Amino acid sequence: MKRTLIGASVGLAVAMGAAASVDAKTFKFAYSGDVTSMDPYSITESFSISFLNNIYEGLTRYDENLATQPALATSWEYVKPNVIRYTLRKGVKFHDGADLTADDVVTSIRRAIHPDSPSKGELPTVTGVEKVDDFNVDIIMTGPTPLLNNFLTNIHIFDEGWLKKHNSLATVSVDKGEENYATSHTNGTGPFKLESRRTDAKTVLVVNPQWWDTPKHNLTRIEFTPIASDATRVAALLSGELDMIFPAPLQDAKRIMAAPGIQVLQGPSLRTIFLGFNFKDELNDTDLKSGNPFQDARVRLALAKSINLTLIKAKIMRGTSRLAGLLVAPEVPGFDPNANDPIEYDPAGAKKLLADAGYPNGFRFAMNCPNDRYVNDEEICQAIAAMTAKVGLDAKLTTETKGLHFAKARKNGTDVYMLGWATLPMLDTFSVLATLLHTPMDKFGTWNPGGFSNARIDTITEQVATMVDESKRRNLMQEAMRIAKKEVAMVPLHQQPLSWAARDNIDLVQSPDNKLRLWYINKN
Amino acid sequence: MFAFIVKRVSQGLVVMLAVAFLAFLMFRFLGDPIDSMVLEDATTQQREELRVKMGLDDPFPVQFGRFVVNAVQGEFGISYRNRRPVKNLIAERLPATLELVFFAALFSFALGIPLGVYTALNRYGVVSQMLQFVSLIGISMPTFVTGILLILTFSVNLNWLPSFGRGDVVDIGWWSTGLLTTSGIKSLVLPSLMLGLFQITLIMRLVRSEMLEVLRTDYIKFARARGLSNRAVNFGHALKNTMVPLITIAGLQIGGLIAFAIITETVFQWPGMGFLFIQAVSFIDVPVMSAYLFLVAFMFVVINSTVDLLYFRVDPRLRVDSGRAGSHTI
Repeated sequence: MKRTLIGASVGLAVAMGAAASVDAKTFKFAYSGDVTSMDPYSITESFSISFLNNIYEGLTRYDENLATQPALATSWEYVKPNVIRYTLRKGVKFHDGADLTADDVVTSIRRAIHPDSPSKGELPTVTGVEKVDDFNVDIIMTGPTPLLNNFLTNIHIFDEGWLKKHNSLATVSVDKGEENYATSHTNGTGPFKLESRRTDAKTVLVVNPQWWDTPKHNLTRIEFTPIASDATRVAALLSGELDMIFPAPLQDAKRIMAAPGIQVLQGPSLRTIFLGFNFKDELNDTDLKSGNPFQDARVRLALAKSINLTLIKAKIMRGTSRLAGLLVAPEVPGFDPNANDPIEYDPAGAKKLLADAGYPNGFRFAMNCPNDRYVNDEEICQAIAAMTAKVGLDAKLTTETKGLHFAKARKNGTDVYMLGWATLPMLDTFSVLATLLHTPMDKFGTWNPGGFSNARIDTITEQVATMVDESKRRNLMQEAMRIAKKEVAMVPLHQQPLSWAARDNIDLVQSPDNKLRLWYINKN
Repeated sequence: MFAFIVKRVSQGLVVMLAVAFLAFLMFRFLGDPIDSMVLEDATTQQREELRVKMGLDDPFPVQFGRFVVNAVQGEFGISYRNRRPVKNLIAERLPATLELVFFAALFSFALGIPLGVYTALNRYGVVSQMLQFVSLIGISMPTFVTGILLILTFSVNLNWLPSFGRGDVVDIGWWSTGLLTTSGIKSLVLPSLMLGLFQITLIMRLVRSEMLEVLRTDYIKFARARGLSNRAVNFGHALKNTMVPLITIAGLQIGGLIAFAIITETVFQWPGMGFLFIQAVSFIDVPVMSAYLFLVAFMFVVINSTVDLLYFRVDPRLRVDSGRAGSHTI
């Protein structure tokens, strides 16, 4: 009798344990940095925003193929040339039980575009938002904005009542006194809610059973740990403490692939890496008496021809990058598949171009790269400097931490600089045109420190900013990209690879924007 | 004695002011913090507005003066990266570093002193020679290499200990401790080992040479002549007298441990102050950096002054001498 009782209770415990482990799916992952704040309007860093997109949602969202789709809004239409009316989804509840209504959307957008908000640049043409009725809002802009839905994917919707109750109607701007309640607490509409958070240690999410969408995932609990040290992150995956890590360092990819039970997902990302030029009248560091050879397109082309991109891809990127001929990745609207051939490696041709331009012996110039921002950035630049030297283009290379590098490049303190551009969150070539290629003036050309200027590209940029006809817009943007290529406005190198590593029992989708969408993940 | 304390305190203040000044001066060369706080494509006008709002365009003396006045009241501003008050961040992270440093120090003393005594008493033995040789390797290998090796052996291959983090911590008031949970204790082992390994060699050799010297003195010879047991001589008299220089070194080393903890904390993702500092550097989070340096300077000053006072207390000869000197100045 005693034995049967014991046997029964043991059996029951085992069954309960088994049942518990079948129902509870905990997904543990690590990234190289932490989510810097739980308030999406206070951050500009894309990993943090993408993490919060699992808790909060915007009116629209990107799916795993990077197409915009309705999220909290179900439809939209232009009611005036500068006003779009969004119809909200009914029956959506926040994590604390409140219903989603137009008031919430109005308050959230006003909070995002407030002058003190670090996110106000995410909605550059939006001037105001009005409630029409409980499920309709009007967004007022300075003019037609074809990309508003792309911008709105990053504007997450708060509950107005929750914000009021916790005194968080304004985002905390860095110079004010108190912490904002929203910095460490959340109340969103998304598939997961925040259970606990310790900065730089662990953030735990649990599933939101009231989510309005049908879950394509089977997770009940998420544990996120930032692990800054590459080696430790890899060790944690290999030891079985984690289910997934990203980024997985390229140089460890073979080691990870060789380990049993682990898969490595690699693919090209949206981020195109290129070299920018100084177009002003004088070089910053040179042996020439005067003038700036980079103002001559032949010299720029010569520099491009002296770089052996295939070798860089094979040896430095270990075959994982995708060579680029244009300044945007294939997934970005405005990309022209017929113009994406990278500039051919042709050192003899480069020397001839230099001679034609009047610099048969080449010249010295300053070159700047970051050493902790892009994948293998320092190594790529060191290789490039060695290659250009062979045709007489003598690069004085400085590699430094990203803070210093970008500060110097923005001031046009160097002659050739490395830059990577993903066009996120816009996901459109307009980002490259408006920010990198347009002549610097007003709000255009904010990342064009060299001063590149082409009248036709300027015209196209300004037209495309307010053009609602999508196919016309794309054709014009493709034309602009072709002009940029012909003029060698910048030298595209490649799209850098994404490298994720996960255990074999995890089904996940790797999107080229390097964002982990937890609501697509299945753990078996 | 009182004059001594007053002198030490005023010297400490001068040191801290100097550290704050140098630190502030250096931060101007780290890059532009505005870059990390705005979107990639923010306009120049937006950046300038933010710069003015944060007071980053004020002249250097103004910024420095503002910092010192605030720091004295314990106000270090808001972190650019986390957008939370710096003093909250530091209060959150301090327990992690202090626990780590405490156990690393404990570990290094617990191993260093016995090994030092052993190698002093059996100075010509084979084991002693081997220990000294191995310790040389320990001191010359970079700490992050030992750290990764420890992770590889104990986490990846043997799966005995966790490779990162503090495990589950329990909050007692504002202190968070990992000592009350199994995962917390298990997480402490490898990082303390890594941090303390460097100190063991130092302490071992120090104890060894001090003991050898003490064992040669007359009073030890007299003690043996009196017929005292070996244990009484070695531990009761010799070891006690080696403690004095050991305390001084220990004080300096604790400061060093807090500094080296940066590397250990980065390897093990230990959420302590050192890790906070490294992140602040790459983000150019000036409030956090200044607060950290200020605090570390403060800790060094306090620890070294305490050590000096302890020295005073432990060594009777100093008390007698200064007593005589003191009576003259009155």
